[in-house]
Amino acid sequence: MKFRVFLGFIAPSMFLMLVFIAFPLVSVFIQSFYTTTTVYENVEVESCTPGFGTTTCITETVAQPLKDENGDLVTETSFVGLESYKNILRLEEAFSDFSWSSLMAIDFWKALRFTLVFTLVTLPLAIGLGLLIALAVNNFTQRLRGQIIFISLLPFIITPVIGALSIRWLFIGDGILTAFLEWWLEMDIAMFAQAWTIELMMMFYRVWHVAPFAFVVFYAGLQTVNNDTLESAVIDGANRFERLRYVIIPHLMPLIVFISLIHLMDSYRVFEEIVGFSSQSYVISLQWLTYEFLTLDESGTRSIERASANSMMTMIGIVIILIPLLQKTWRDHKARIL
Amino acid sequence: MAAPKALQMSGSLRAGVVSLIAVWSIIAAFPIFWIAVMSVKEPVDSFSPHPLKVIFGPETLASGKGLSTIDLLIGAGFIYLIAWFSVKKLPRLVNDYSPFNLVFLGWIVGALLTGFIGFFGLGFVLPPLLGMFNSFLGFLGSPIVGFTFEHYLAVWIENEFYRNFNNSLIVTTGVVTISLTVGTLAGYGLARSGSNLAFWILIAALIFRALPHSVLVSGYMPVFINSAEILEPILGSNAPTLYGQPLAVIAVLVSINQPFTIWMLRAFFQNIPSELDEAARVDGCTHLKAFWWVIMPVMWPGVITTGLFSFLLGYNDYLVTSLLLDSQNQTMVPAITGYFNRETTMTDQVEAVAAAVSITAPLFLLVMVFQRQIVSGLTAGAVKG
Repeated sequence: MKFRVFLGFIAPSMFLMLVFIAFPLVSVFIQSFYTTTTVYENVEVESCTPGFGTTTCITETVAQPLKDENGDLVTETSFVGLESYKNILRLEEAFSDFSWSSLMAIDFWKALRFTLVFTLVTLPLAIGLGLLIALAVNNFTQRLRGQIIFISLLPFIITPVIGALSIRWLFIGDGILTAFLEWWLEMDIAMFAQAWTIELMMMFYRVWHVAPFAFVVFYAGLQTVNNDTLESAVIDGANRFERLRYVIIPHLMPLIVFISLIHLMDSYRVFEEIVGFSSQSYVISLQWLTYEFLTLDESGTRSIERASANSMMTMIGIVIILIPLLQKTWRDHKARIL
Repeated sequence: MAAPKALQMSGSLRAGVVSLIAVWSIIAAFPIFWIAVMSVKEPVDSFSPHPLKVIFGPETLASGKGLSTIDLLIGAGFIYLIAWFSVKKLPRLVNDYSPFNLVFLGWIVGALLTGFIGFFGLGFVLPPLLGMFNSFLGFLGSPIVGFTFEHYLAVWIENEFYRNFNNSLIVTTGVVTISLTVGTLAGYGLARSGSNLAFWILIAALIFRALPHSVLVSGYMPVFINSAEILEPILGSNAPTLYGQPLAVIAVLVSINQPFTIWMLRAFFQNIPSELDEAARVDGCTHLKAFWWVIMPVMWPGVITTGLFSFLLGYNDYLVTSLLLDSQNQTMVPAITGYFNRETTMTDQVEAVAAAVSITAPLFLLVMVFQRQIVSGLTAGAVKG
């Protein structure tokens, strides 16, 4: 295919990605160094209190937001350098006495802690559960496999907010699972009263949501395991566990890497769980923090510059996650050219 | 073919496998099944700590709303019939009756028709029919399980959830059509070009796929809100404010989805031998003609699969739609937060459950009809490399 024809085919897609992904990225980067504030003017206001005979008048200077002829607020944008970053990271406060609790009092570090813990805890659980189900289904009667795959796909396909809600409704108040746990452990349990139980439910939800994806991919991979290799392993005296360890897992390794990557990317942007479990007063994530900066607050403003600075900080994590992948792709590409 | 004897499992291992699968099936389906049960009960029953009370709904039954044995049997039979039809018969019918180049449309029409028949039958045809039966059937006709549709009626009619449904329909239709049109062209180009640029585009797409959506939205926000002023020099006084416009959200969702779409479509196009388009080129087709008349007809499975995933992205999105759409254009998923976030009564909570089930029902149908395509989509990126 000629290069110009190729350009013609990809042009619309490139245009969309440039305008709606690349350009916003650049503009977020620039926005994070500027701040937009409402302009205030000082107005002298005389307020009089009527008294007996005399009226006491006080003249005060009050700051009022300046309005233009249309009645809109006048705003002013100025370069502030790293000010927004400082506002978010609050480094002096965070590391003043090197105590964990003073670090966790700051939203950004709190969100970062949860995001990382969430990502790293759910990763092995989702992959392990997916692999386990795939192995089990692969050794199960052929007839029911279709039905099992159908049921397994339900948690994967459900809207994330709704999925989180459906778990929440099982536990909220005296929901049946909370009631069951109380009966079983013989103690009073309130699942929504402290951070760690909420985090536990969020992780449960995420594993429930992602394991089917891992399962389907691994199951497809298991169909391509070479039967001759397995049989020769049997002849060499390998037991079931050794066959799994030395034949099946190495065969599935590329898939495990693939799923880990997708899972790292996806769970690093954990967000819907916070909405579904309404956990913002206990647990927050990095993406939720940006979201909160972007929604209107009580005074009717959005702190775009903070959202931008927070986004840029979030991106650093993404880059760290992606570096190994990019290195590998680059090496493969060079090998193919040479 | 049976497995060789040495590979067969011992009895205890077999029992382990069976119980693992049983436990997983229950865990996978239970939360969804449970919200469906909760949504048809009176609030007292729905949030009762006792599971049997939630299932049988004594309070709901006491207030005179219930289903009899006959209702349950016929209802279950009807649902089974619809499920059987959509799994076994629908694919064949769609392939036989769709015009040559438009199998895609055939699937949409088929799925919509099945969904409509199921909805209409369960909601409007069976209840009055069974109501007549119940009155002279004796104990088989007397209600045994509490059941009420009133929360659904409250959500859809009183709270005007159909508006949100409409908005969801607009957004998802837009996302799927535009994303596929743009994506197939790019996916085909990328699959057939060996140039260095193609490699770099795919890498950039991979990085874009990893971006949190909130990062992008913080880029759109100021531009969309002030777009009327920004675009005024170009478009004059009728420049639109993009904030709150479904069209702007469609464009945003399509672009966010592009990296994933082109990777997946490229994998499907690479499976089609390039000799096919070379033959068409020899016969005098241009690239575009070869693409449309020769490649696309064999590409439909891939297009349907990618379309499904685009649909899911548009339908399931919370972050972008809740930030960039104003309340009268709101789609279903963000709208539901209105129920459970305010300090609410029990009835509001059950209405939230009913809304959640309403959002899940189309997805349920989707898995039923398109299970094979979804599985092939999940494995396309992974297994083919």
